[in-house]
Amino acid sequence: MKSIVLGQYYPADSLLHRLDPRVKLVSTFVYIISLFIVKDLPGYICVTVYLLAAVILSKVPPVKMLRGLSGIIFLMLITVIVNLFTIPGTPLLSFHGLHITVEGVYSAVRMMLRLVYLITGSSVMTFTTTPSALSDGLESLMKPLKIFRVPVHDIAMMISIALRFIPILSEETDIIIKAQKARCADFDSGNMVKRAKAFIPVLVPLFVSAFRRANDLATAMEARCYRGGDTRTRMKPLLYSGRDYLVYAADLALVTLCIMTRVML
Amino acid sequence: MNTIIEVRDLTFSYDDGSSGKPVIKGISFSVEKGGFIGIIGHTGSGKSTLLQLLIGLLKPRSGEILFDGEDIFSKGYDLKKLRSRVGLVFQYPEYQLFEENVFKDVCYGPANLGLTRKECELRAYEALKSVGLSDDCFYASPFELSGGQKRRAAIAGILAMKPEVLVLDEPTAGLDPAGRREIMNLILKLRKERDITVILVTHSMEDMASCAEKILVLDNGQIGYFDTPAKVFSHTEELESIGLSAPAVTYIMMELRKRGMDVPTDVIRPEDARDEIIAAFARRKA
Repeated sequence: MKSIVLGQYYPADSLLHRLDPRVKLVSTFVYIISLFIVKDLPGYICVTVYLLAAVILSKVPPVKMLRGLSGIIFLMLITVIVNLFTIPGTPLLSFHGLHITVEGVYSAVRMMLRLVYLITGSSVMTFTTTPSALSDGLESLMKPLKIFRVPVHDIAMMISIALRFIPILSEETDIIIKAQKARCADFDSGNMVKRAKAFIPVLVPLFVSAFRRANDLATAMEARCYRGGDTRTRMKPLLYSGRDYLVYAADLALVTLCIMTRVML
Repeated sequence: MNTIIEVRDLTFSYDDGSSGKPVIKGISFSVEKGGFIGIIGHTGSGKSTLLQLLIGLLKPRSGEILFDGEDIFSKGYDLKKLRSRVGLVFQYPEYQLFEENVFKDVCYGPANLGLTRKECELRAYEALKSVGLSDDCFYASPFELSGGQKRRAAIAGILAMKPEVLVLDEPTAGLDPAGRREIMNLILKLRKERDITVILVTHSMEDMASCAEKILVLDNGQIGYFDTPAKVFSHTEELESIGLSAPAVTYIMMELRKRGMDVPTDVIRPEDARDEIIAAFARRKA
């Protein structure tokens, strides 16, 4: 059988892989906030150091990370162009009534860096954390919301089940497409409407099977006395260790430094 | 008899590139027109993969498949036409039914061939009749039918394209004994009536023994045996070592012989076994 890689988890044995998922979630959050705090060179240096350290510690090949950027090239291009031409200030170049200003160049560079850092930083987390660990971490972090009667456990269970079903359904889709192709279905020719219509014979069986599987899963869970909620214990409870606190300290340092660059310089 | 399908040195792997472990390892065989080939093999031996290769749903790493003398993987080969001539019934085909009623669903295949509506409906009617579904099922939702009925509706969906070769991947899986018998009888009936070539994958050695003219044993992507059922099932121990077996009746004959009864052990059909045992008793009396 074909193995389907979920998300973009990159299996390796690194410090970042072993970190508690909660730490990674919080750190990513802190990192993104810092990214939006900084404005000048010293601030960017702080963020760059933090990001580089994370990339190196993750043991994920940098080429793999950069490949993730290819999806946002178009967005980056638009951002750069808009920034280049629309920010008023000291003119640098001008042609056909369009002006490029010094401020525009600075702003374009800043915006592009911000985008690149944003994507790379969050992909460090998805590269080093399995989807199920992420949903565990999320559940644990959202626990305080229980006071407001948010069904935290149910949400986390839904996320895990959804993630679990992705490879199953994608395999099923593959089989159904093949089976309809065996009945001479044509998915690759005709206009947009025709192509979209060609997928009805795939989508209907897929939905039917998704409901059937959901039903079976619910029965299987009930047969094993699943009642949801508070009484459930974990096989692998999330526990903080020394390195997790160290990373929290690094997060605190990062956000403090970033605020200082804004306030003091 | 002329050859309709010829497989030559076929190798296939699910991973890209040449590094991946091949699922099909350089196999060659040919299928005669009008023949009945049974394919057996343990789970993961590459049976389903081989079937999908036969109608060009997968691309091999190397090797070729000739249908009517033409390589189906050559550039510009009309795969759609191939799939109308070689009908593949997938495992659990009832999960691919999608239309609001059975009749419309069976029309899907012929409609894809670009036939007129009238022609499609004629073919659908004929196909549904030949799989033995009663008229009151025609306009029922496919989801209202029983397991066996659904399976027959799905097979009708393939038959409506009037294939010359019918390829079935475990058509009796998950059915009760009556349903299994119905489907096997249906396949035999179709073969007689329409003179089609059948390639059948099944785990039932009894079905193989009673229906197939030749059996192809797949073991880890390689051909173990490709011979008549009687010869293939004479290798009982070898078959067992690759997770297969001989038909139950063969074991009975072996046991009878062990207990001193003068019967041959190469019997694979219950009817033949009955005759042999009666003959043995007659010999003993004489």
